[in-house]
Amino acid sequence: MDVSQYLEIFLDETNEHLQSLNTQILNLEQNPEDSDTINEIFRAAHSLKGMAGTMGYKRMQNLTHDMENVFSEVRAGNIKVGPEMIDTLFQCLDALQEYTDNIKNTSDEGTNDNEPLIKLLNEYLNGKGAEAPAPAPAAPAETKSAQESDTSASSDKWNQIKFDDSQVKVIGEALKSGMKVYGINVTVKESCILKAARAFLVLKAIEEKGGEIIVSNPSSQDIEDEKFDFDFTLIVIAECALDDLIKAASDVSEIDKVVGAPLDMDKIHVEDEETADKEEVHENAQSEQAPSQEVHAETAPAPAAQAPAAAAAASKPADKKPGKPIVNRTIRVDIEKLDSLMNLVSELIIAKNSLVSASADSVAGSGSSNDFNEKIEYLESVTTNLHESVMKVRMVPIENTVQKFPRMIRDLNKKLGKKMELYMTGEDTELDRTVVDEIGDPLMHLLRNSADHGIESAEIRAQRGKPETGSIFLDAYQEGNNVIIEVRDDGNGIDVDAVKKKAVEKGVVTPEQAQTMADKDAINLLFHPGFSTAKVITDVSGRGVGLDVVKSKIEALSGEVSVKSVLGEGSTWTIRLPLTLAIIQTLMVVVGGEKYAISLGSIETIETIPAKDIKFVENKEVINLRGQVLPLIRLNELIEVESTSPQDGNLTVVIVKKGDKMAGIVVDELRGQQEIVIKSLGKYIKQVKFISGATILGDGEVALILDTNALL
Amino acid sequence: MELSNDLKNLPASGDETKIIKEIFQYIVIKLGDENFGIDINYIDNILRMQQITRVPKVPAYLKGVINLRGEVIPVMSLRLKMGLDEDVIDRNTRIIILKIESEGSVGVLVDEVKEVIKLSEDQIESTSGEGGSAESRRFVSAVGQNGNELISILDIASISLDDN
Repeated sequence: MDVSQYLEIFLDETNEHLQSLNTQILNLEQNPEDSDTINEIFRAAHSLKGMAGTMGYKRMQNLTHDMENVFSEVRAGNIKVGPEMIDTLFQCLDALQEYTDNIKNTSDEGTNDNEPLIKLLNEYLNGKGAEAPAPAPAAPAETKSAQESDTSASSDKWNQIKFDDSQVKVIGEALKSGMKVYGINVTVKESCILKAARAFLVLKAIEEKGGEIIVSNPSSQDIEDEKFDFDFTLIVIAECALDDLIKAASDVSEIDKVVGAPLDMDKIHVEDEETADKEEVHENAQSEQAPSQEVHAETAPAPAAQAPAAAAAASKPADKKPGKPIVNRTIRVDIEKLDSLMNLVSELIIAKNSLVSASADSVAGSGSSNDFNEKIEYLESVTTNLHESVMKVRMVPIENTVQKFPRMIRDLNKKLGKKMELYMTGEDTELDRTVVDEIGDPLMHLLRNSADHGIESAEIRAQRGKPETGSIFLDAYQEGNNVIIEVRDDGNGIDVDAVKKKAVEKGVVTPEQAQTMADKDAINLLFHPGFSTAKVITDVSGRGVGLDVVKSKIEALSGEVSVKSVLGEGSTWTIRLPLTLAIIQTLMVVVGGEKYAISLGSIETIETIPAKDIKFVENKEVINLRGQVLPLIRLNELIEVESTSPQDGNLTVVIVKKGDKMAGIVVDELRGQQEIVIKSLGKYIKQVKFISGATILGDGEVALILDTNALL
Repeated sequence: MELSNDLKNLPASGDETKIIKEIFQYIVIKLGDENFGIDINYIDNILRMQQITRVPKVPAYLKGVINLRGEVIPVMSLRLKMGLDEDVIDRNTRIIILKIESEGSVGVLVDEVKEVIKLSEDQIESTSGEGGSAESRRFVSAVGQNGNELISILDIASISLDDN
């Protein structure tokens, strides 16, 4: 059985369902009586079971089946949700996650039967005793009646199929040569998730028995695209007996029933003009099967369940949702395709830049290039908009990443024996897909850090007059061209003296350095590799590989992380990430004849400073800018070239900032603003600390991009 | 296929044997007074000298980066890498773009590109490091006999390695 083409969908959907289960069960823990939540959980578990079964993952199916049973009882009000049950359910989710991970890595679910969990689940089921065994059989009964009414409707569906001449000919010839022609109607279970896969297996089973399918209703393409309700009809030419075919088809799992009969040539509809009128009457009178098929085809994306309603609607179980939920108008796109689109946009911007520079050259000569300029400006606005649109396509809310955190904090509650609550805002804040994928781990580190080191135990909190339950906040919001993610807690805050002491112990700083060190700098020691202030190493945090990894990861995403803390009141970790990674607005500067690009995002102002205003502090050049003393960086010295502008007159200084730190960068000349495409310098040139990449200018020249954050 | 197997079984004499020998193609370049061969399989492109953007704070043999059809490619001086004198840029100077699996593309500056030669395997002898200057020997993997001339064949892998 070839289900590999469904594997990706399966994994995607399984992860979605697992995530939703996690969220909903957390919810359930808070509101054990909430029927919406219980229903939601039941549905997710049910879908998971169906999908796992379809894909042939038996162990996963068994586990979800038992979970579903438990929820079914909860829903019926026969079992009350208790804390142990929630714990068990979370363990089940972990087990399911493990299956899913196994499937992802090896396309096999693994061999863990998770019997203890299944046993526990069954205990809940049995624990409620014989109070109410009633609801369980009730459901099958319902479906049974549904089946019955359905049978009558579907029993002669093959007689409603319209044949064209050539098909009639084929049937005739087959009959003549002693073959048999059967009409077969297959009904798929309503709980079946991958109907198309099931149908495919049925078709294959029939073909393996030597059956040749000459007509199918809906068409085989529609069946493949899952454009059918719960049944489909086939006309099969075969040598073997009808029962063999029916048996082969019924052996496919999740097939509700298969009915069939030899085709009666007198009853079939041949599509020609003579019978057309008759047929119309017949159709209208008897059943709307055929016309509804057309409607169905026209409104293809609409819920499939609604179209061929005539026969089935009445018999559907009452708890059936009113049609499938309307599917979002979205498509899944391979990120590589987006990358290539992005590359094309980059190319376009480079081409546009070269046009701009060509026009600038020609303007100097002639005066009649106004028209030309206008068109270039138009092109510029189009490329900018195109770039923005493509960027937006790549943007996804951070929701998917942060959703797992409430569950994590809940687990930490138990593990650490503390009481804390996670509050999240701004989950809908959007970031580039690649950033969202990468940001999960650093955030997890920070949250664990807050939970482990930040929040005090309940007793200490009580002593300090804080509420017993600690609060951790995760706030995300957009600020200009950046997205800010803050992790905040109302815990102990950072003990600067403890940090200093530890730093001295670890040999990170000397005792003298530690004494004169400002509190802010001391706190930054936390990001030093191999630094951990936890007195006890736990498996939550404290292995000393947390914060420096957080820092390097975020810097790899061109972001920055900072921390503020008040001892006894809590700490705030702030992550600042750029919205876009590939294309940025920059200021081009020239030093010693070489061009460098500085991101506009990090530029505060541009100043002209008389050389005589330069002061010295600790032998380093500083300037006083509106009351603020800023270090001065001579770019020409940094990049080791001769400056071409006189050093004693007025200096052109670009004031750059990083968080609340600022510095002045002395350049020779400003070349104006330019939108640039960031290119990597390649693996060959080992990272130069203050160069974040290169870009290609309009005239084909390569300019380097200055990473001012590394200079501060 | 069968035919060549038959040929292989023939006694190794006469012109027929040449057909079955593996032939390697090299581009002959000039660095100073010496000629070197570079396996043509590594070569992506040969460019005329163009503007190289210097990158600060990198080893001297890394001359900078160039724009090759919209990609930024690092360029290094083979002369400096091999311990010879600084390049003298003239109209014969070329940048050879090498494609190296692990490192991506890299350009090397050479004094001159002379010709493409074909060498069969019996014309190539691997070296254990004799001949040439001590520095340059590190980068030579074999010596090929091209007529009366000896060509040192460069070991691309060791050229692409970092000095550190």
